[in-house]
Amino acid sequence: MAEIRADREVCVGAGMCALTAPELFDQDDEDGRVVVLVTRPEAELRERAREAVRLCPSGALSLSEEA
Amino acid sequence: MTTEPLTFPLANAGPFDPPSELMAMREGRPIAPLRLPDGRLGWVVVRRATVRSVLADPRFSARQELRGNLSPSGGSLPPAPPGMFIGMDPPDHTHYRHLLTGQFTVRRMRQLTARIEQLAEEHLDRMAAAGPPVDLVATYARPIPAMVICELLGVPDEFRERFGQQVAELSRQDATPEEQQRTLVGILTYLGELVREKRSTPTDDLLGGLVVDGAGLTDEELTNLAFMLLGAGLDTTANMLGLGTLALLAHPEQIPVITNPDTVDNAVEELLRYLAIVPGTLRTALEDVEVEGVTVRAGETVMVSLPVANRDPERFADPDTLDLTRQTSGHVAFGHGVHQCLGQQLARVEMRVAFPALFRRFPTLRLAVPQEEVPLRDEMLIFGVHRLPVTWED
Repeated sequence: MAEIRADREVCVGAGMCALTAPELFDQDDEDGRVVVLVTRPEAELRERAREAVRLCPSGALSLSEEA
Repeated sequence: MTTEPLTFPLANAGPFDPPSELMAMREGRPIAPLRLPDGRLGWVVVRRATVRSVLADPRFSARQELRGNLSPSGGSLPPAPPGMFIGMDPPDHTHYRHLLTGQFTVRRMRQLTARIEQLAEEHLDRMAAAGPPVDLVATYARPIPAMVICELLGVPDEFRERFGQQVAELSRQDATPEEQQRTLVGILTYLGELVREKRSTPTDDLLGGLVVDGAGLTDEELTNLAFMLLGAGLDTTANMLGLGTLALLAHPEQIPVITNPDTVDNAVEELLRYLAIVPGTLRTALEDVEVEGVTVRAGETVMVSLPVANRDPERFADPDTLDLTRQTSGHVAFGHGVHQCLGQQLARVEMRVAFPALFRRFPTLRLAVPQEEVPLRDEMLIFGVHRLPVTWED
């Protein structure tokens, strides 16, 4: 299992997640902050999720992965 | 290994390449002392991983009153005035940024595509009517981003005509403090009047929206926000379009990659990676921090080199080669950390429209002068070309 967590207070709305993995992330129309579309991504989307977490400028995203 | 400090500003090695002193640091010297123009001694870092970790580290502050001054006038800068959140740390920075982030999302910026296409076509029509040769900076690269940011904010054309050039001039490294102050006061006075007009007659644009529901922002805060957004929007994409066109004309075999709708997105990212228009950004240590085996003392300023981080062979194979088809993800052209460029999605849309439109309209576009005669913005804080004389087969 892998679970995406997003801290909307830390998010700075740069849009890197929505640009990198639009299947998994969106931005709130009002405040521009992250909206997680898929909390538990399927195996084939996990690398995209990891890349979005790595690219997030504010450190608002994390992915907990269990074996 | 020399311990002699490098001195800012450093000259770029060419139109596309960062300073050779900084590029040489990639060979085993990831941090070096740097003398800032005000005489203070700080540091410069060049590895992508180090640049990212400094920019993401809350022990490094963006507060402008703490850092060395890039202008040779020297002296400390005053604290950022209300609203100028580029020079603040969280939570002050976060408060202002969160008021704006909804206006610059990926989706909202993509909705501007049709309008930017229309502006591009209008300016291409004018270029065609004027006939070759033309200066691409004055006819295309500068006016399109300027019109887009002014329309978005709700700043009338009159502002562009009166102040467009002066806003750009504020980034001259050789301007005297008096000159800069005079220019600044003129622009802020105009924007202050505009904010008061919008309070009495709200308009359907970004500034108008902030006046109505902007969490109780004062006129001073709104004026400074407007100034910051205009400054960021007028002089950045314009230089990417000018310098990017020069790079594409130097690699004409790659132009089909940027005119192809399937590959334009990646082509734009590679131009962002490869072209060094923002030489770096400064952070000041709030406490002693170990960086690359060196102790950066509390109060010392670190310059992070965004252009050299984008040429890091640990992330990008053959990093000094422009390759519009390469894997580009992870470049730091827009910075990193909480200050990463707010307008980056706008810049992307502008480039995705403007580059292909230019080369589709003028497939025979070429330089009208030898490349070495194109005047480079070596004396400006944002790099690029002053003019780009181009011609084509009529």
